[in-house]
Amino acid sequence: MLSRVGDQIFWMSRFMERAENLARILGVTSNVVLCSSPETQEQNLLAPLTITASTKAFFKTHEAVSLPTLIDFMALDESNPSSIYTCIKSARDNAHAVRWQITSEMWETLNATWIDLGAFKRANVTGPEATRFFDWVKERSHLFRGVTYGTIMRGEAFNFSRLGTFLERADDTARILDVKYHILLPRVEDVGGALDYYQWAALLKSVSSFETYRTIYRDQVRPINVAELLILDRRMPRSLAACLEQIVAALDRVEGQNDHPAKRLAAELQARLVHGDIDEIFRDGLHEYLTTFLEDIGELGYRIQRAYLGAL
Amino acid sequence: MYDEMYRTEGEARDHYGALAQWLRSMPPALVEEKRREADLLFHRVGITFAVYGDDEGAERLIPFDTIPRIIPQAEWAELERGLKQRVTALNRFLHDIYHGQDILRAGVIPAEHVLTHDAYQVAMVGVDLPNQVYCHISGVDIVRNDDGEYYVLEDNLRTPSGVSYMLENRRMMMRLFPELFEHYNVRPVEHYPQLLLQALQASGPRGVRDPVVVVLTPGQYNSAYFEHAFLAQQMGVELVESADLFVKEAQIYMHTTSGHQRVDVIYRRIDDAYLDPLAFKPDSTLGVPGLLAAYRAGNVSICNAIGTGVADDKSTYPYVPDMIRFYLGEEPILRNVPTWQLRKPDDLAYALDHLPELVVKEVQGSGGYGMLIGPAATRGQIDEFRTRIRDNPANYIAQPTLALSTCPTFVKNGIAPRHLDLRPFVLCGKETKLVPGGLTRVALTEGSLVVNSSQGGGTKDTWVIG
Repeated sequence: MLSRVGDQIFWMSRFMERAENLARILGVTSNVVLCSSPETQEQNLLAPLTITASTKAFFKTHEAVSLPTLIDFMALDESNPSSIYTCIKSARDNAHAVRWQITSEMWETLNATWIDLGAFKRANVTGPEATRFFDWVKERSHLFRGVTYGTIMRGEAFNFSRLGTFLERADDTARILDVKYHILLPRVEDVGGALDYYQWAALLKSVSSFETYRTIYRDQVRPINVAELLILDRRMPRSLAACLEQIVAALDRVEGQNDHPAKRLAAELQARLVHGDIDEIFRDGLHEYLTTFLEDIGELGYRIQRAYLGAL
Repeated sequence: MYDEMYRTEGEARDHYGALAQWLRSMPPALVEEKRREADLLFHRVGITFAVYGDDEGAERLIPFDTIPRIIPQAEWAELERGLKQRVTALNRFLHDIYHGQDILRAGVIPAEHVLTHDAYQVAMVGVDLPNQVYCHISGVDIVRNDDGEYYVLEDNLRTPSGVSYMLENRRMMMRLFPELFEHYNVRPVEHYPQLLLQALQASGPRGVRDPVVVVLTPGQYNSAYFEHAFLAQQMGVELVESADLFVKEAQIYMHTTSGHQRVDVIYRRIDDAYLDPLAFKPDSTLGVPGLLAAYRAGNVSICNAIGTGVADDKSTYPYVPDMIRFYLGEEPILRNVPTWQLRKPDDLAYALDHLPELVVKEVQGSGGYGMLIGPAATRGQIDEFRTRIRDNPANYIAQPTLALSTCPTFVKNGIAPRHLDLRPFVLCGKETKLVPGGLTRVALTEGSLVVNSSQGGGTKDTWVIG
């Protein structure tokens, strides 16, 4: 497969996954903000900007942050390279360029998503109806992933699509955990309070893990369990361990010249997660752990691009 | 006026008999339904022409007319012989002007016309091409005049397009009207991609056993991108853009996910001037730096060859019959349209006196742009053209206005005759081959003689029956 085509398939899937995670973050933020105290409210509103590293860009055009301005900026602003709008547009543009190498159902799914996105943008969904928009984005992402999984030949296009999806998801889950933990940490003595319950439940819900948590831990929501679930539990499909498992599996199926650095790093990261211990992680500091992980996953993405996708 | 279907009002020619009867028996509602179905299918498959850039993701269709154009086998056999003869002579001509230049020394064509021509590529002098073939794919435009005879209007020897519509139109007709194919023994065209691949493989550099073929496209914003992608997919080869290719030690490679892979044959859909920024337009972002050097070294084949434009230019066109006589020692089988070359003073004087009855074309024009159709022009348009011709006579040729044949076509208010042409595609590898048929283009506006899709033309399926 041409490197350019591999690259476009990789980013097509990566951008769609990113759009989904943005919708998750914004959906939960909308809920949390409604029931947080004035001092945590701002922190919660700032969190999505911190996660996407777009705080600076936001305050270039806004004086203060409110829920509608945040949603407008993060969901629909076409000048924001990190908005849901831009991500879906990028996913669709990449798909258009490779529509002959993906299945027609994949192309039609993304093209229809892009066409319908225009209606949401025109309706300027920043109020209560935004929840419907976030649900829609999640559904379209589920649909696209399902269509991909169900129609495309198990070959290079499939493998690079999977790499894009799971690199992005690992990155997103780590960021969500890091930023949320940061907000919640000062209040850790209040664990068990009603507000905290909401905050932690929101974090879990943003990665579709609330019910799973209940099933596994049958306990009140405790930070260390949440971290263990989202970092080390390979049964949880949005956890770092599950993402690395998929990345290693996809890398196993592709061959390239000079791809040893990428394969080695992926295997190392996976081994660290498989043999990781949550108490140790907390002893050394969760934030430090996640910062290192994000650097590693960035490096892995870079090595994958260099090995297969034509990046110099 | 020559109508393809009707000899006289209501009396169909023999080979159209069954079709005419079928047309009369079709309830209008059913016809309308089939037309809508065709539109929907074309949209769904994404057989679109031009212009990506529409924000809503919608793309334009070339109108498809469901009444086929029929050519009897005997007529086709004659066309086929004529086309092979013509393209063979054109290939000989191109080889000659980049080698011994016999035809120039014999005075058949003025040397200064060829050697000072914009499209004449000095870089090609002395370069030996596999099989001495320059035009691997030729799209020759043919029309039928009111005398019932076929005339060649234009030889397209650079990057002729439209063959994807020929193939998709057939698929569509078989899907919409399978019953018609029971009445007619329509000769198949579906093997065109196979023949194209064979011709390209046969044109690989010497000594390369299983040449790797790619299609080179300017990219998804090009108006013919659908066709580039379609042909690559049908042949099972990579569709590459210039950034996918690079040159190392005068060899061409493509970047793939599993490393560098050598490329032997490039079916390019990019004009000469954009192919290599080191050799031609330095600001071209569509080209591959170093491609020309690799090509001249014989390490890669480019199809069609660089420098073919000098042979399909409208100012070279009048000499094609003489080329056939000169190289093949045969009389041309296909007619040329009589042409006045306005760089010649006598021809210029005649043309300026007769503008209202003539068609005037720019020698390098294409797509139906930059032409004057005298009988259909206003006095103002004619005067404007007169000035332009006087300013630069060598830039124009003039021809009598042909009464292009018509064929019944679905229009807003039912069925009406519309003018059409025919573009068969001639393939040259080791041998010269073509599939029976071609792309029939039809001018959908009443009385219009311009069939180009960029000017609102449509297409029909073309049936060679035998």
